[in-house]
Amino acid sequence: MNRVIYMDNNATTRVAPEVLEEMMPYLTELYGNPSSMHTFGGQVAHKIRAARQQTAALLGCDADEIIFTSCGTESNNTAILGSLAASPNKRTVITTRVEHPAVLSPCRNLEQHGYRVIELAVDKHGNLGMAEFESALSDDTALVTAMYANNETGVVFPVEKIAALCKEKGIPFHTDAVQAVGKIPLNMKKSGIDMLSLSGHKLHAPKGVGALYVRRGTRLSPYLLGGHQEANRRGGTENVSGIVALGKACELSQQYMEDENTRIRGLRDRLQEKILTICPDAMVNGDVKNRLPNTLNVSFEFIEGESILMMLNQFGICASSGSACTSGSLEPSHVLRAMGVPFTAAHGSIRFSLSRYNTQDEVDFVAEKLPAIVNRLRQLSPFVAK
Amino acid sequence: MWDYTDKVMDHFFNPRNVGKIEDYDGIGEVGSLACGDALTLTFKLDKAGRIADVKFQTFGCASAVASSSVLTEIIKGMTLEEAAKVTNQQIADRLGGLPEQKMHCSVMGQEALAAAIAYHRNKGKASVEKHGHIVCTCFGVTDEEIRKVIMENDLTTVEQVTNYCKAGGGCGGCRGEIGRILEAVQGQRIKQQAKAPVAKPKKLSNIQKIELIQETVREQIRPVIRAHGGDIDLIDVEGNKVIVALRGMCASCKMSEVTTKDLVEARLREFVSEDLYVEEEKES
Repeated sequence: MNRVIYMDNNATTRVAPEVLEEMMPYLTELYGNPSSMHTFGGQVAHKIRAARQQTAALLGCDADEIIFTSCGTESNNTAILGSLAASPNKRTVITTRVEHPAVLSPCRNLEQHGYRVIELAVDKHGNLGMAEFESALSDDTALVTAMYANNETGVVFPVEKIAALCKEKGIPFHTDAVQAVGKIPLNMKKSGIDMLSLSGHKLHAPKGVGALYVRRGTRLSPYLLGGHQEANRRGGTENVSGIVALGKACELSQQYMEDENTRIRGLRDRLQEKILTICPDAMVNGDVKNRLPNTLNVSFEFIEGESILMMLNQFGICASSGSACTSGSLEPSHVLRAMGVPFTAAHGSIRFSLSRYNTQDEVDFVAEKLPAIVNRLRQLSPFVAK
Repeated sequence: MWDYTDKVMDHFFNPRNVGKIEDYDGIGEVGSLACGDALTLTFKLDKAGRIADVKFQTFGCASAVASSSVLTEIIKGMTLEEAAKVTNQQIADRLGGLPEQKMHCSVMGQEALAAAIAYHRNKGKASVEKHGHIVCTCFGVTDEEIRKVIMENDLTTVEQVTNYCKAGGGCGGCRGEIGRILEAVQGQRIKQQAKAPVAKPKKLSNIQKIELIQETVREQIRPVIRAHGGDIDLIDVEGNKVIVALRGMCASCKMSEVTTKDLVEARLREFVSEDLYVEEEKES
């Protein structure tokens, strides 16, 4: 394959060259253990402190409120299970139907252990009903966990409103912000969020590193028991190069925040407009006014997502789909179904997610190739009226 | 990414015999938009009763398109008697194999062909008549269809049945019944059989009954309703009256044909007691 046009950045991102450069010494000469007493290890501990500062700066929090983990999934599990362990008398967890499996699976597993789990519905635009949320809160609520932004549609939840309501009632609030960090400006100092998960590989750091922000004073039992690392909150020798990379990636994200919300947003909008203009029977999934700047989820009626992806793949275009076939399951995306997107459109949904490395040329190339692909598959389809 | 053979890729990117014959002698339409794949197959016979022309239209993934395309190549020139003997395994073999989870695509091709032949033989009456009773309500698969894929492909697990005909791949509520069909067809060959549901206890104390109802709601009913975008809460049990609250369901979902209340009642009667009946508490 010659040219790769990568528009699947909500799945994973390219490691930024600056990030790779920053982490390389910690994979080669500087291999010391940060817990060691010698200077050789100590210099690594020093670098981890710097990475913690960089990560905290992006979130607008203090460095000691950051716990480094191995991934977004670990951050979510730590927040959910760790905070429930800290308040054993309350047995209700509130979440939403459109969460990533890294939140939904641990929540559903809790039901087997006697917890009541309330999954809040969303409307057809993917937005959460605040009235329903408020009425679900009770004295028995141990934790509220709701994502910051949806990975499939990019729809952004009103997390600050949710956080404020939780704060009022003294309920801990966790948000899975894996898709939001680096794309939306965040400031924990001005926020009511108690815990926030992020993942390195979604913001141009490598896979295998994540972080959990825990507001000072939030009760949390450790999830991984072991050594004294991360101030006794997460055992295990640090993934030094990953942590260094994450720190650098956070610093870069802050520099590119403006670009993300102007140029990348502009590219996404351009792609959306071109597709909707050229392709008949296409529709955008998710609230267009309330969305991550990089994400476009669009459905093409009467055709199936995997087929579209394979034809895009011929041109080196990388995207993803909420169709059943791509996952090997038989039902389409739980997010689109929760939004009430008709099955016909859910099977033909394609997600394009952009990054700082995309160009207008690439957007125009995709917009140029897509109509022929859609037409060709529709000619194959028994559902298109001729 | 799926591991497709070059043959599959070739038939996907260069499908043979696409379209619809207007003055067809036989037509078979299977699948639906909701299911994620569908196929319309039309054929025209020559004077000798051989398939002179055959065309297809497919909505679905690469393996669905490729299965349809290769099927048209296989049956062109065959008599209907010969065509009727074509199995889904032949379709998959001609493609150099399909990923296990995609075998249902080859079954769809075989079913469309069978439906088209039946249409011709019945002189245009009801092209697809479902035989047997529906086991999988999510994908509308009958016990006869399940028996057929088990026998033709020598299947031994519920997972395989799902891969070959989709049954059990939605809410999963019928997996127990699929297991029993497997057992009936394959008998001793099945070693790891899905556990038969625990025999209903004869006389339950009130507390036992409520616990069993809770367990049934949690393990048997809620997953089904969740899979269709809804939720259920057990509110109260008064004697044999079980009061539940149901939350928003997916309107486009096939489940709405069977009301949720019926489903809840059937499961509770199956697992707890025949005397139970369900009432729905409307949310205020």
